[in-house]
Amino acid sequence: MTTGPDRESTGGAEAPDATGGEAPRAAWPLFEVFVRGKRGLNHVHVGSLHAPDEEMALHNARNLYTRRNEGVSIWVVRAEHITASSPDEKDPFFAPNGDKVYRHPTFYEIPDDVPHI
Amino acid sequence: MSTEEATVTAERELQGHFEDKIARDQRVEPRDWMPSGYRETLVRQIAQHAHSEIIGMQPEGNWLTRAPSLRRKAILLAKVQDEAGHGLYLYSAAETLGVDRSELTGKLVSGRQKYSSIFNYPTLTFADIGVIGWLVDGAAIVNQVPLCRASYGPYARAMIRICKEESFHQRQGYELLMTMMSGTAKQRAMVQDATDRWWWPSLMMFGPPDGDSPNTRQSMEWGIKRHTNDELRQKFVDMTVPQAEALGVSLPDSGLVWNSERGHYDFSEPDWAEFRRVLKGGGPCNTQRVERRRSAHEDGAWVREAAAAHAAKQAARGEAAV
Repeated sequence: MTTGPDRESTGGAEAPDATGGEAPRAAWPLFEVFVRGKRGLNHVHVGSLHAPDEEMALHNARNLYTRRNEGVSIWVVRAEHITASSPDEKDPFFAPNGDKVYRHPTFYEIPDDVPHI
Repeated sequence: MSTEEATVTAERELQGHFEDKIARDQRVEPRDWMPSGYRETLVRQIAQHAHSEIIGMQPEGNWLTRAPSLRRKAILLAKVQDEAGHGLYLYSAAETLGVDRSELTGKLVSGRQKYSSIFNYPTLTFADIGVIGWLVDGAAIVNQVPLCRASYGPYARAMIRICKEESFHQRQGYELLMTMMSGTAKQRAMVQDATDRWWWPSLMMFGPPDGDSPNTRQSMEWGIKRHTNDELRQKFVDMTVPQAEALGVSLPDSGLVWNSERGHYDFSEPDWAEFRRVLKGGGPCNTQRVERRRSAHEDGAWVREAAAAHAAKQAARGEAAV
């Protein structure tokens, strides 16, 4: 699958109809927005917006997603540039680690009287 | 097994996955399989909600240039900007379902999709700004808090963001009214008049009575809706009566009385004929609201085009430099 992370890719029941307005995607692409809430935290996906270019996308993201000090840093990336895994019901992408319980610390039995382990 | 049979089997399996997620109160995410009815209901509801936020900028924007002080003007500007933001969060959520927001805007200005009927009433005095914050945003909060747990992930996340901001909206409105109530007799009369005019439309914001709301059951089964219209309306009335008392205004309903047996306030039925009339386009401001939205969209076309042309030019220059 090579669609964006939060995009319906299978042509859903509510397929866009062409009578709605101008041809928009060609003009203003879709950007996904990631915000670092404060120093020490990862950037987290918060939503999307349309903008003509990267710079405007950043400005719009600031005005839309950080009006109340919600962030100290913003990433914007064109949705079309994100590669995402398939939904789990179509592709058991994460199945390989399902049976590897020995990767977890709780797999190992240590006597209670052994300290600090 | 024929191809068709295989498709049916696969579909049944996917339906099972979906129902299992709902049953376990897990969230459905954009690229998961979902029944077409679920998708259509969400698109309709989220779009209608987004349109309401965008149209909702107009009644309040009406007072931006006439706010009585710089403080009130700054507050009102921030609030109207929030409404735009709420609309965009919701359009963003709708787009994860395979629709495009300019398509949704097209449906709004051509009258094919609706918005909340509350915004078809006019804002006659500055007291209306306070009452909208208090009652209209108050009702919106009651409606929206349960939606923070809606089964569709992007919708629920947009609602969490919105609910965080609504509290400011309601409190600034109530504070504005408290200030007016401590003013002159004329100011107090303005607050009472605005309360009288907005009370019933606010009750209508929760939608028709449960008996007349055919989609409620399915929406509740899908986890899109968590409470019925009448439950939410009752909750709003119970919350608001003490606020009206603290403010010193009366609510325009002679049938409003505490029922100790039920542990709730009894209240009269809103005028549902009026509700249907306004929803169908017969409210005081329907035409004006949609016309204003359409002209704003059309008048802004050159800006969108210029920005796109600039972006294309910059991109071409960047390629030439490489």
